[in-house]
Amino acid sequence: MDTQTPSTTTVKHECPGATPPRRAFFRWLTGLLGATATGLLTLPILGYFFARRTRPAMWVEMGALADFPLGETRTINFDNPLRQPWDGMTSLTGVHVRYQGQGDDGKEQFLVLAANCAHLGCPVSWFPQSGLFMCPCHGGVYYETGERASGPPPRGLFHCVWRVKDGKLEIEAPHYPTLHDTLTGSLES
Amino acid sequence: MYQLLLKLGQWIDARAGVSATLWPMMRHPVPRSIDGPMGWWYVFGSASMTLLLIQILTGIGLSMVYVPSADKAYESLLYLDYEHPWGWFLRALHYYAGSGMVVMLLIHMTQVFLHGAYKYPRELTWVVGVLLLACTMGMFFTGQILRWDTDAYWGLAVGGSMAGRVPVLGPFIVHTLLGGEIIGASSLSRFFALHVFIIPGALLAFLGLHLWLVLRCGISAPPVPGEVVDPATYEKTYHEELKRGVPFFGDALLKDIFFSALAVTIVVIIAAVVGPKGPNEPPDPTLLGANPRPEWPFLWLFGLLSLSPPAIETFIMLVFPVLVLGALFLVPFVSNRGERAPSRRPVAVLLVIVIYTTLGVLTYEGVQAPWSPVMNAWSGDPVPIDLLDGRSPLELQGAAVFQFKNCRNCHALDGIGGRRGPDLTTIGASLTRDQLITQISNGTPGGGNMPAYGKQMSPAEMDATVAFLVSLRPNGQVPAGSVEDSPIEGTTPQPESLTE
Ligand code: FES
Repeated sequence: MDTQTPSTTTVKHECPGATPPRRAFFRWLTGLLGATATGLLTLPILGYFFARRTRPAMWVEMGALADFPLGETRTINFDNPLRQPWDGMTSLTGVHVRYQGQGDDGKEQFLVLAANCAHLGCPVSWFPQSGLFMCPCHGGVYYETGERASGPPPRGLFHCVWRVKDGKLEIEAPHYPTLHDTLTGSLES
Repeated sequence: MYQLLLKLGQWIDARAGVSATLWPMMRHPVPRSIDGPMGWWYVFGSASMTLLLIQILTGIGLSMVYVPSADKAYESLLYLDYEHPWGWFLRALHYYAGSGMVVMLLIHMTQVFLHGAYKYPRELTWVVGVLLLACTMGMFFTGQILRWDTDAYWGLAVGGSMAGRVPVLGPFIVHTLLGGEIIGASSLSRFFALHVFIIPGALLAFLGLHLWLVLRCGISAPPVPGEVVDPATYEKTYHEELKRGVPFFGDALLKDIFFSALAVTIVVIIAAVVGPKGPNEPPDPTLLGANPRPEWPFLWLFGLLSLSPPAIETFIMLVFPVLVLGALFLVPFVSNRGERAPSRRPVAVLLVIVIYTTLGVLTYEGVQAPWSPVMNAWSGDPVPIDLLDGRSPLELQGAAVFQFKNCRNCHALDGIGGRRGPDLTTIGASLTRDQLITQISNGTPGGGNMPAYGKQMSPAEMDATVAFLVSLRPNGQVPAGSVEDSPIEGTTPQPESLTE
């Protein structure tokens, strides 16, 4: 009976210390397949969560040139085309527009300032009486040019990209501006 | 029928081994002294858990009616408040039970800290507890966003702007947080996912771990002065003590149940009396006069940020929270042995007093928010009539200019108006005419708190305003500087062109 020990032990004794080649291959194959499955799963999921949707620049009409008297600041509210169809009123956006007359080249000069404070994004209001923008949150104040006047903001108001087309002022639909992601990108320093 | 159900129950239990596993857990011994009056210190953790159960229950209820879509969320909140049966109550309960949970967590944590219960071998229990606190704060912040009103919108804006200050990665983080280019539907959906799936998932996982650790490491005995924790001998002494212990499921648990029931009763009464919180104005970003305020657990941070000099505020926004969390994590590793009794740990007691005083003062400042200008004070708060009594026409003209130029938004008269700048009711007694002109024209040097009004006023307006301000003196007091006309030390020299 001693000679008839279970066959499994006999098999083990055949390959002392080494994994049988078939098993080694299967391990390797499992590792490879596992990595493939993980990769196939991870990439699209990362893309879904973190990738940006790219869209061509969209232009929004602010009004006819005649709507902007020289040296006056107008607050224009519009529906931001960067919206989702189910955005509701949250896609409403305000900007402060100031017509600065014609430049040396005879072209119209506008100043379009985002309403979001350069400090932490609260909505600044225009006070024509004192010619200042004031922020309700921490008291940031800006001059009519958008330059910082006082308070905690680290810079002036964000400038929007604008153009004049067919006698109308248009601006590039503004995203939510932050310190390292301004609206004029490379135009500003 | 009853027999049948009993049999079914026994069969399930026999297969699943529920009672075989859970019963010993419930009956695990705890130190005998917990059965005494000291046991009342141990009720705060279980009370936060009870309130968490209320949060889950009310949260599920609310999610059945609330619409997490930017165009409908506000309406669905109004519907909950005014039309759905008991909707107002569920909303109120969800808010106040959540607030109660934060309070209970803080007390629980303070107790554990003061009693040195985080020391060997319960370091990990403390660390997981800190994670639970972080999750709860995260729930509070994301929950406020779901209350899709102006505060929610601008809270998101401020949060986004803070995140946007991260070097290099800032824009990417903001985009990920908002779910798109503007604050809107995608942002709300993200915060909904955070509030109902991601953070609760983490919270429940950490809670499971926390409870497991409590079971595994045992409940710490109430501290006794002189009984020091020594990792070499602690286990042995503790197990000796447990031999004389009492089962947890028994009288020890009774105090927990009593206190939890009390907490629930209080929360329910507050919810019923005070009612639901908000929503306030609809989330229309073009509505002027928004004055966003964070929820109460964050008011201290709001205060800290607003009171800190702009030069270090990016640091406070981005690095400070990490430091606070890191410091909390490190607590059990700084001291995991030695005395546990508060009477022998004066530094720990002092630390608690200092931290809570600081938090209290900052929260008070956050409620008052004297740094926020009152945006409609210039038109809404007229000059007090007795400050106009017997004034000359020029001074009266100055009072009008003073209002018209929005000075009141930051400067109070007789305590009414903004408080960002000093109250000017008696300014004529402390600043001379020339000093006033300098101050108004130049503002705070270097663009501090006050903007330079030099270019925002005509010379005539300046003249009138200053005449009015000089006239603002307590009865019978002479104008500043009229006795001795030498310049006061420390004032800015007067520029050559005063009012250009
Ligand atoms: S957000 Fe405007 S001053 Fe802070």
